[in-house]
Amino acid sequence: MRNAFALIAAGLVLSALSFSPAVRAATAGLPGAWQDWQPGNDISNTASLQRGAGNFMGYCAGCHSLKYVRYSRMGTDLKIPEDQLEEMLSPGSKKGDYMLTKLTAADGEAWFGKAPPDLSLIARSKGSDYVYRFLKTYYLDEKTTNGTNNLALPGTAMPHVLSSLQGAPILKTVKKDGLDTFDSFEIVEPGQLTAEQYDEFVRDTVNFLEYAGEPVKAYRQSLGIWVMLFLSLFTALAWLLKREYWRDVK
Amino acid sequence: MAAAHDNDAAQKGGFRAWLNKRLPVDEFVESQLTGYFAPKNFNLWYFFGAFAMLVFVIMILSGIFLAMHYKPSETAAFDSVEYIMREVEWGWLIRYMHSTGASFFFIVVYLHMFRAMLYGSYREPRELLWILGVLLYLALMAEAFMGYVLPWGNMSYWGAQVIVNLFGTIPVIGPGLVEWIRGDYGIADSTLNRFFALHVVAMPFAIAFLILMHLVALRQTGSNNPDGIEIKAKLGANGKPVDGIPFHPYYTIKDLFGVGVFLLFFCGVIFFVPTFGGLFLEKPNFEAANALSTPDHIAPVWYFTAFFAMLRAVPDQQLGALIMLLAIVVLFFLPWLDRSPVKSIRYKGWMSKTALVLFVISFIVLSYLGLKPASDLYVILARIFTAIYFLYFILMPWYTSVEKTKAAPERVNYHA
Amino acid sequence: MSDPDNLPDEADTSRRKFLTAATAATAAVGGAFTLVPFIASWRPSERARALGAPLEIDISKLEPGQMITQSWRKQPVYVVRRTPEAVAGLAKVGPSLKDPQSDASAQPVYAKNEARSIKPEFLVLYAACTHLGCLPKQYFTQGEPTLGADWPGGFFCPCHGSRFDLAGRVFNGSPASLNLAVPPHKFESDTMLVIGLDANAEGAA
Repeated sequence: MRNAFALIAAGLVLSALSFSPAVRAATAGLPGAWQDWQPGNDISNTASLQRGAGNFMGYCAGCHSLKYVRYSRMGTDLKIPEDQLEEMLSPGSKKGDYMLTKLTAADGEAWFGKAPPDLSLIARSKGSDYVYRFLKTYYLDEKTTNGTNNLALPGTAMPHVLSSLQGAPILKTVKKDGLDTFDSFEIVEPGQLTAEQYDEFVRDTVNFLEYAGEPVKAYRQSLGIWVMLFLSLFTALAWLLKREYWRDVK
Repeated sequence: MAAAHDNDAAQKGGFRAWLNKRLPVDEFVESQLTGYFAPKNFNLWYFFGAFAMLVFVIMILSGIFLAMHYKPSETAAFDSVEYIMREVEWGWLIRYMHSTGASFFFIVVYLHMFRAMLYGSYREPRELLWILGVLLYLALMAEAFMGYVLPWGNMSYWGAQVIVNLFGTIPVIGPGLVEWIRGDYGIADSTLNRFFALHVVAMPFAIAFLILMHLVALRQTGSNNPDGIEIKAKLGANGKPVDGIPFHPYYTIKDLFGVGVFLLFFCGVIFFVPTFGGLFLEKPNFEAANALSTPDHIAPVWYFTAFFAMLRAVPDQQLGALIMLLAIVVLFFLPWLDRSPVKSIRYKGWMSKTALVLFVISFIVLSYLGLKPASDLYVILARIFTAIYFLYFILMPWYTSVEKTKAAPERVNYHA
Repeated sequence: MSDPDNLPDEADTSRRKFLTAATAATAAVGGAFTLVPFIASWRPSERARALGAPLEIDISKLEPGQMITQSWRKQPVYVVRRTPEAVAGLAKVGPSLKDPQSDASAQPVYAKNEARSIKPEFLVLYAACTHLGCLPKQYFTQGEPTLGADWPGGFFCPCHGSRFDLAGRVFNGSPASLNLAVPPHKFESDTMLVIGLDANAEGAA
């Protein structure tokens, strides 16, 4: 029976570890199939979250809302100084307001064919991996109306908003078993950032969106350690008590 | 000094006497706890009934507090869940307790049912105990299904759509029944609101009542044990079974330890992997219900997927729904299908042992298949394992009669 | 044989007592910790706190003698711009008041004065009669016919007839015994009144 518990505990620990950022970081940004790219972000990295928040406000908030996140809550969690938080407010908003976008759903649909969705839960419904891959797999495609396409979401109505940073990528394929498969991207027109800088930009933004999906995540994990320690103490005492009383039973 | 102590004891005795004249407190403690003798050879498999009670209490407590903030309307439900997760103090913890508890309820109940199948705890005189248990299982499935609709995520909506449509396969009354259940022409606000009332009020009452009956039935016959022999057959000089020990303190304390281990797993999930890789909280449900957009892959939560796999294995919708229903109904007949001269798997023959192993494998494989999108290979596998699942029951009267069994022992096997 | 009549000896009993106590104590502590989230979940949520955030009111458009009603933290608040005559009249009604110095009533320290305000011109009051909570009506005109020729101006509560002066102080003969309460407030600027934040002791923002 002890062996069974040890095995189960080991299994739990191993599976918990596989969710840890350390393992994800190891596969971040490696070449190879884009479907395997991992952001390797760390939600306990406040500096990264702050940069991500800034990235979001600068490049995403114009069209996308975070309707479940308040500016004030973001400011507290990310330790953003008061004056900087004031600057991040969209015009007409107060600190306690939800982070809504000025773009109406009607206008969004008229301009893009589809209203830009709210992004509060994108990291939970599609996964951080997906968001990372989405922002990194845009390429020029003359067959679409807006001139770009995306490997993670083919035919996406969203234009390559970050092309000023990444540059203009084209998709390079290679024939494998008679099929065109992904080989790499090539930046034909450079953007403001190098490839490493752009990767960091995307990673920070994904990190921020992961935070936005579940702001309490970091606290939950740190509290969990104490809970497990306490429960271990209780279980150990209960085991000793059980063993003591069961001596009677022959 | 002594006089004061006596006075104290007399006062205590006084209140206790006052209480006992009005409520059978001491009588209850004597008959149900210190004087109730349970077999001393309970093993790991005997924890899960107590765990089920614990999870029930956790679900009621967390559910009540969720209902204080949740709003059961089409327009407000999804937002109210995010409100609980982000803006209600400790709301996230209460929500995760409830979502994790739902999955743990089924883990615990499945292991509890498996114990009964291992040791023949459904055999005479415990048939009604088993039947009450299966009724509880059904009630739990209904409760879980309705609860899953409440967050009004996209999987909530489409899962409800699929399951409610199943009722449409019932001949003659089907289509009318579906509209009656929904209260509208599609899954709508009326459906959500009535599921809320049933999930929060009606089903918990029904489940609580069934639990009470289940416990009364258990106490009436006494517990079975891993050796499958009736301990009441051998009474000692004090009139109590020689192979029994008082429930209190031995099993109250052992269960307390078990609860500690349980909580380690339970809290491990809540605090570190609450979505459990998308099995306990599914990804599509983090998007609000959208009648115009079906998730890539509709599947029920893991605890229903075995039955879902059976449904998909059958090419005809009506027949598939019937097979799915029969898979649960067949459980009711188990006490009368088992013709073995012994109760416990320990003394049954190789055919019963093989059959049980195959049954467990079939349930696990079917559960896995139900999680995956249908493919040609998976459908074939689902058919094979559905057949194995049913054969376990259908062939049981035969293989339990013809196989060679070992003699059950006179006394239970217990090693301190 | 298995019925444990052979009870443990003295040494083991004390060990049992210790372990039982230790386990019970740990369980109790765990139980207390578990209760905390449930009890705390009743506290005002972030939404309630955001909705109850300080309220900014533009007072530049307020005419002398005019009153507006606003809601802050689910309670009605009166903001009155008093005329110079009204302010001057406050000193004269002392004898007819139950608590002219506002000793018993609820107001921030910067409102514990004759005018019960930071700036004499602006009066900010919780619009709840201190008797049983109705909204007192404004009767600012002197000598209001229904209230008598010597009515100096103030508030009259329609529910049970309590009367308050132009600083919210309760008159003798009223069912209410306390002056109307004053909410925390401050002047962010000459045109901006904020309900919900305290001015410092001297009344400066």
